[in-house]
Amino acid sequence: MAERRYTKDHEWIELNGAIGTVGITNHAQEQLGDIVFVELPAGGKKLTKGGEAAVVESVKAASEVFAPVSGEVVESNPEVSKNPALVNQAAEAGGWFFKIKVANPKEVSELMDAATYKKFVETQH
Amino acid sequence: MRYLPLGPDDRRAMLGVIGAKSVDDLFKDIPQKARVSGLLDLPMHAGELEVERTLGAMAAKNRAAGAGPSFLGAGSYRHHIPSAVDHLIQRSEFLTSYTPYQPEVAQGTLQFLFEFQTNVAMLSGMEVANASMYEGGSSCAEAVLMAGRVTGRPRAILSGALHPHYRDTVRTFTQFSPVEVEYGDPVVDGKEDLAAQLGPDVACVVVQTPDFFGNLHDYTQLGQACRAAGALLVVVVTEVVSLGALKSPGQMGADIFAGEGQSLGVGLNFGGPYVGLFATRRQYIRQMPGRLCGETVDADGRRSYVLTLSTREQHIRREKATSNICTNSGLCALAFGIHVSLLGEEGMRRLAKLNHAAAVQLAEQLGQVKGVKVLNKTFFNEFTVELPGHADEIVEKMVGQGVLAGVPVQRLYRDRPELANLLLVAASETNTDADRAAYVAGLKKVLA
Amino acid sequence: MKPDTVSGNRALDLEEPLLFELGRPGRTGVDLPDAPKVASRLGGLDREGSIGLAGVSEPEVVRHFVRLSRNNYSIDANLYPLGSCTMKHNPRLNEKMARLPGFGDVHPLQPESTVQGALELIHALGHWLKTITGMPAVAMPPAAGAHGELCGMMAIRAAHEAKGDTNRHRVLIPESAHGTNPATAAQCGFTVDPIPGNERGRIDLAAVKAKLGPDVAGIMLTNPNTLGLFENEVIEVAQAIHSVGGYFYADGANFNAIVGKARPGDMGVDAIHINLHKTFSTPHGGGGPGSGPVCFSAALAPYAPLPMVIEQKGRFHLIEHRGGKNEPGEKSFGRMRTFNGQMGMFVRALSYMMSHGADGLRQVAEDAVLSANYIMASCAADMTSPYPGPCMHEALFDDRFLEGTGVTTLDFAKAMIDEGYHPMTVYFPLVVHGAMLTEPTETESKESVDRFIHVLRTLAKKAKSGDAAFFKNAPRYSPRRRVDETTAARNPVLRWTPPAPKAQAAE
Repeated sequence: MAERRYTKDHEWIELNGAIGTVGITNHAQEQLGDIVFVELPAGGKKLTKGGEAAVVESVKAASEVFAPVSGEVVESNPEVSKNPALVNQAAEAGGWFFKIKVANPKEVSELMDAATYKKFVETQH
Repeated sequence: MRYLPLGPDDRRAMLGVIGAKSVDDLFKDIPQKARVSGLLDLPMHAGELEVERTLGAMAAKNRAAGAGPSFLGAGSYRHHIPSAVDHLIQRSEFLTSYTPYQPEVAQGTLQFLFEFQTNVAMLSGMEVANASMYEGGSSCAEAVLMAGRVTGRPRAILSGALHPHYRDTVRTFTQFSPVEVEYGDPVVDGKEDLAAQLGPDVACVVVQTPDFFGNLHDYTQLGQACRAAGALLVVVVTEVVSLGALKSPGQMGADIFAGEGQSLGVGLNFGGPYVGLFATRRQYIRQMPGRLCGETVDADGRRSYVLTLSTREQHIRREKATSNICTNSGLCALAFGIHVSLLGEEGMRRLAKLNHAAAVQLAEQLGQVKGVKVLNKTFFNEFTVELPGHADEIVEKMVGQGVLAGVPVQRLYRDRPELANLLLVAASETNTDADRAAYVAGLKKVLA
Repeated sequence: MKPDTVSGNRALDLEEPLLFELGRPGRTGVDLPDAPKVASRLGGLDREGSIGLAGVSEPEVVRHFVRLSRNNYSIDANLYPLGSCTMKHNPRLNEKMARLPGFGDVHPLQPESTVQGALELIHALGHWLKTITGMPAVAMPPAAGAHGELCGMMAIRAAHEAKGDTNRHRVLIPESAHGTNPATAAQCGFTVDPIPGNERGRIDLAAVKAKLGPDVAGIMLTNPNTLGLFENEVIEVAQAIHSVGGYFYADGANFNAIVGKARPGDMGVDAIHINLHKTFSTPHGGGGPGSGPVCFSAALAPYAPLPMVIEQKGRFHLIEHRGGKNEPGEKSFGRMRTFNGQMGMFVRALSYMMSHGADGLRQVAEDAVLSANYIMASCAADMTSPYPGPCMHEALFDDRFLEGTGVTTLDFAKAMIDEGYHPMTVYFPLVVHGAMLTEPTETESKESVDRFIHVLRTLAKKAKSGDAAFFKNAPRYSPRRRVDETTAARNPVLRWTPPAPKAQAAE
């Protein structure tokens, strides 16, 4: 199982070979509340690290999801588009957002590991 | 002051609780330089009687459209409004409530908005409608901006038979947006080839039916051409009563319907307030501007209504909102809804037929006046006539005959002297045989 | 709570289906004659198939809408403390005046000679607005506050461009601003540069100065601001923005606090919209129609939108097109709606202004500010405010007094519904945690405000006593209890659709 990395904007990415799977963290999901809509990038879309990649909406808020790394979108998760509640139920599993062909794997390893992210979240309160 | 319940004793007691010496202490944050010393140079307060006298005198200087025969249209139409409409919209609970942000105590407003959305969707033949816009022209402008968002393309092509004020409003709204607006010469005979202007960078084509000059169109083929080119078809209707008789925008394959709902339930009001109509395909609802009311249930499982999809809107999305629009035209939407409810399917059909018949009769009679030519082959309740002189001068002379004869086309196309003799004439169920006779007699006299 | 009656009704509260469920084919609420037989000019474009409209008789229509109305809260029924909305009494004289046929039944394109009184009214209202704001020009077309913002920001952009100054793309907007401000700036092609507030709840003047540059088009500032406080450094803000060639747009949403007391023109404002539906009492009508005329400084006046009313030798003229050199409307940024303006609202607003006069309008601001401060002071022992007073016409509370109680601002608001009050504006401004923005307006008696204060304080004490469940279950007595907004948003049902035919339904 590949290691997961996390961003300060509460995205996670898991690298398998050259393909990274991206989603929002369970913490982010809890903060947003009931998620009602997710707008995902189309396959083939080129993303740059830190740029806007997707939008996730609750009843009263809309938040951008940023690309944790640069690369090209390979596919987005159709299950999440059909059933946004999946993000609430399984943010870090079946509720992933999109897969990205990572341009520079080093960008992944620069992100926080699970322990560091956990500490980061604790400092947010 | 009849509207201000607080008296000197109240104010003194309240200041005591606050711990302030005077009311002016409460205004101490305002820089001295910006404060008004004493009173503004305006009249002092007045009783109802005085206000009624002054405003009544101003009102009396206007010729009310209904004070005699009136044949004005061009985007604003005089129809009979059933008495129940004004009675019901003056219910305190409708008139003096705010936007339904607390749905538990606003189901009345929310349900009528849901019914309004349904009525607009049905009339326009579209899948979904919003809870109303300011008025027709800005609704049309929002449609163009939406088409830009949906397609990501930069060009909007406007028909030369689109209401010139709608065209101007679109131009104003889009002038600082990524969308470039193109429009051609006025198309008096309704003949233009918009499909030929389609290209891979076209976001939308905006057309109107009945068009500004009264001609009717079937845009089905244009819609197909738009779809093939990846552009959206925006169909504008400024006379909503026509939808009781004519093939609807949805039936022609429109992607967005933008219209003016003033004809039903809302008076002429010298141009406002009116009620903008806006409808589209279900797939585009997240790109729609304006408020939307949706159905849901409450904690007891009872059917309820609530404002929904508000993440599109400015109070959440701020600079990324679909539009800056914050209000709708709630009370006018209610008036529209009550009028449509009273009409029902049968009344709507009858009203449309009466309007068409009134216009056909008028066109036949005017066409027999020497020097007057009706230009339209097709029309609903409004058509263009060519007069043997400048339309604005003839209209002014017709005022002397007690008749509001129509809208001179050049009033809206000032830089088009070739249109100086054209007059837009509208008829409705409010016009009687006597009205038409007065028009014909007056016109003969004026032209003689 | 759901009543245990057979009908689902609760005495005077009657359940009402959708109109479409009431309708029966062939029924109608109007009697229209048969149309005379004529040769159709529809060109074969006749509508085919049913439109789908419900057939309902007049008594059914009247009952339907009366029953619906009874589910609404209204200012006519009780105090409506929605902050930034100015829910004041709506005088009925205004309704009567707006319905005079000489105003209500006039076509927008009638010959000028037949509408002199209508043009005079617009001109007169403009004079009142210019005098009240201390500004030299006014644009009447905007249909609402946000439409007014668009008008003002378009004029600002047009003014810069007229000077060949095309590189001004940045607009400064405080973080506490209404969402319409950034949305409007974006619609005019500007980028939004947020300005933080200071510890006193005012705009941080140093931050404004630090953000200045040759690319700044202007600033949008609400004053009094959305925290209910007056921006006491407003003149310095104006000077700062002017020093780099920018313009000052003021959001007049909170004008009720200063009408007759202070003039934006004396603060260095270049454009300000006035919500006639707030300060000047035109009814809110369940969310519109509004009206948002914009007053302009001399610098922006030439760019005002069309149409405009001018007076020449006692005659009034409607300028509908851009004029030639040195003519009215020469530099106008254009038309922003189909016709002249919200005439119905103009009549009501002028009727209101004339009724109050210079003396009454000043009293409006004084009483509105007094009442808000009275609420803030009276509740101080039980509730918390993020900033000390005096406030202007709105008292702002935060949710610190609810800390540890398990009760949220939303729960508190819903409990107010059971007490017969519409909640204040909640969770706005966004910069204050659990905000409760409370605006009583000047049209409440002291007794009415006292009753309201008593409810607020008692509820605050109750929350602190640990009875969170009481608040979580509120409201109990309203026509509906809390509604499921998540389901509404996840699966939007935006219209009624006819039930599927039985044969299909059985499949």
